[in-house]
Amino acid sequence: MFRAARATFRHGVHPPEHKELTGAAPIRRMPFPSEVVLPVRQHAGKPAQVVVKPGDHVERGDVVAQADGFVSSPVHASATGTVTDVGWWPHPDGSSCPAVRVAVEAHSSQIARERRVPDWKGLSPEQIVRAVQDAGVVGLGGAAFPTHVKLVPPKDATITTVLLNGCECEPFLTTDHRLMAEQPERVMHGVRIMMRALGVPKAVVGIERNKPDAIDAMTAARPTDLDVTVLPLTVKYPQGAEKMLIEAVLGVEVPSGRLPMHVGVVVQNVASAATIAEVFETGQPLVERVVTVTGRGVRRPGNYVVPVGTKLADVLEFCGGLTEDAREIVFGGPMMGVAQGRLDVPLTKGTTGVVVLTDADVRADDALPCIRCARCLDACPVYLNPSTLGQLARVERWEDMERAHLADCMLCGCCSYVCPSRIPLSQLFAVGRGMLKRRRATP
Amino acid sequence: MDPATLLSATAVLGGVGLTFGVLIAAANKKLKVHEDPRIDDVAGMLPGANCGACGAAGCRAFAERLVQRKAEPVGCTVSSPDGHKAIAAYLGVDAGTAVKRVARLLCAGGADVAVQRAAYVGHASCAAAAAVAGGGKGCTWGCLGLADCARACSFGAITMDRNGLPRVDPAKCTACGDCVEACPKDLFVVLPETRRLLVQCKSRMVGDPVTALCRVGCTGCGLCAVDADPGLVSIVDGLAVVDAGKDDTGNVKATKRCPTGAIAWVEGAQAFAGPPAAAREGATLR
Repeated sequence: MFRAARATFRHGVHPPEHKELTGAAPIRRMPFPSEVVLPVRQHAGKPAQVVVKPGDHVERGDVVAQADGFVSSPVHASATGTVTDVGWWPHPDGSSCPAVRVAVEAHSSQIARERRVPDWKGLSPEQIVRAVQDAGVVGLGGAAFPTHVKLVPPKDATITTVLLNGCECEPFLTTDHRLMAEQPERVMHGVRIMMRALGVPKAVVGIERNKPDAIDAMTAARPTDLDVTVLPLTVKYPQGAEKMLIEAVLGVEVPSGRLPMHVGVVVQNVASAATIAEVFETGQPLVERVVTVTGRGVRRPGNYVVPVGTKLADVLEFCGGLTEDAREIVFGGPMMGVAQGRLDVPLTKGTTGVVVLTDADVRADDALPCIRCARCLDACPVYLNPSTLGQLARVERWEDMERAHLADCMLCGCCSYVCPSRIPLSQLFAVGRGMLKRRRATP
Repeated sequence: MDPATLLSATAVLGGVGLTFGVLIAAANKKLKVHEDPRIDDVAGMLPGANCGACGAAGCRAFAERLVQRKAEPVGCTVSSPDGHKAIAAYLGVDAGTAVKRVARLLCAGGADVAVQRAAYVGHASCAAAAAVAGGGKGCTWGCLGLADCARACSFGAITMDRNGLPRVDPAKCTACGDCVEACPKDLFVVLPETRRLLVQCKSRMVGDPVTALCRVGCTGCGLCAVDADPGLVSIVDGLAVVDAGKDDTGNVKATKRCPTGAIAWVEGAQAFAGPPAAAREGATLR
């Protein structure tokens, strides 16, 4: 069934990896900042509802905002301290979002309360899913889709394979790489629990070949009693996109408008798997995550365990501050990440990395006219025509863009990357998506 | 060439043409749709902007509604009063009465009073800038100043001032709502021109954090709610809100004690006067 000979998808690009900055740096723990800010919207789906008020004492792992429905996720205090404020705070996506501010208790041991951790072997799949939701676990690859939702496939879909995403195809980022190399047993334990929750006999871990130590560690940690394969993949961007990974590993194309589960696959990030394992090992909910702080604009790059809600300024200060020529700060990787306009934004559950680019990395060029070279067509992994879409966006023909299958675009940025005229294609597509959403919302 | 071939070809083609011609003529007679000729006349008297402010899909659709007496001539916000009268006279109806409506901007935070946190470099459009960490303006609710509204306006009613704020010319504004749709921060509303009391801010934050980002922001202090007629102004989630269902006549008093000038008394065009003198001197704003 596997077409391992190809072990990649069609189209895509090869941006410079820049992983040498942090690829060999062991994961280290960042000290607790003096304040954490916990936005209620750190996941795809409905925002959580705040359940604390100013003056409340919270301990690490306590719920500060509860899930609002099934496609939602609770938010937990990432440090012991006192709630100082519940109000609007800047969010990494550029808007403002209601957030809980916690003044971290100085000199606290930050040891979580004793928790009763149920033995996962005795739990039914429903109970596992419930525990995963209660722990606030979301996809840690960047999109932050609530993990438990993907553990409950709809009745009409038959899941045959759990696909573990260890591609980390974005340049600069090395969180999944280090996690797999350092804690392969934990990742595999999470895989085991997910297979149990889904009742699926088979799991495949897809890892790009530029992480040989991770491939070796994960292969060695493979459970002997389960059908788990570690599959090395050809290095290419955006292999970490769900649909691309499925094509690379299983040779199956997910049809337009359908989800991975419609071809019998559930894709989860390796860091999410490790977090699930942690939930059932110590009872600790998702209160911290591994973040790659990197780029030539930061003095001490590395992979750090950062409490969720730590402000960007605190992270940068811990990493030695910015260099003189630092120019742009991006949350996530440089291909799909979001540039940040201020230093007081908190790192959220979905923040995979903080990339600081320098003057030499960033070049602001004016866009030139499209010369119809079709390089974007050769790059687009979902076979769209970015050139046409871009021209439609320029004249604001949003409905025509929709007809040209804008909904299939995942904003991976391959088209913008290869465009010799420097047309900001994926940005224009993001605008188009936003305008169509607005038009649908207004009657 | 043989003349007979020429003749037969002409005859066959001519015959075919004649047959279909007769068929089309018959169909035209049989299937003719009677259309009120007044629709074309009225459509000719309308401005032809197809702006949609009247609620119809275009000027011709509005002309149909006029002829069917389903709309009044004043429903067209682009026509002049003389134009309304001409249509009313032609159709033998009353022109109707309508309060002129204009687009109002709910932000007064131009470059002179609002903080810019980061420089946005790239495609010069508010919608595009908003997709990149909100555009770099300190206030996440505020106007980005890249003129999406001015480009969307078909009537040239919006010009950008030197502080990067759009100025709506009430004389040219037809209340079509294109700017409302174009603004990614939802800062435009279409209001009757007679509404005077206007909160020119959408920031939901409270107190000093607001003024740290913008000197004319609404801090949610509630002084206007106290000073205005009972029930006219209320503080909702850190922002003063004027009840659109209540008459605001004589409520200029509600603006007098506003520490930042966020609530304004608007007559004609919006002024964006900046913060009151006390605030300009750096007094503590509470």
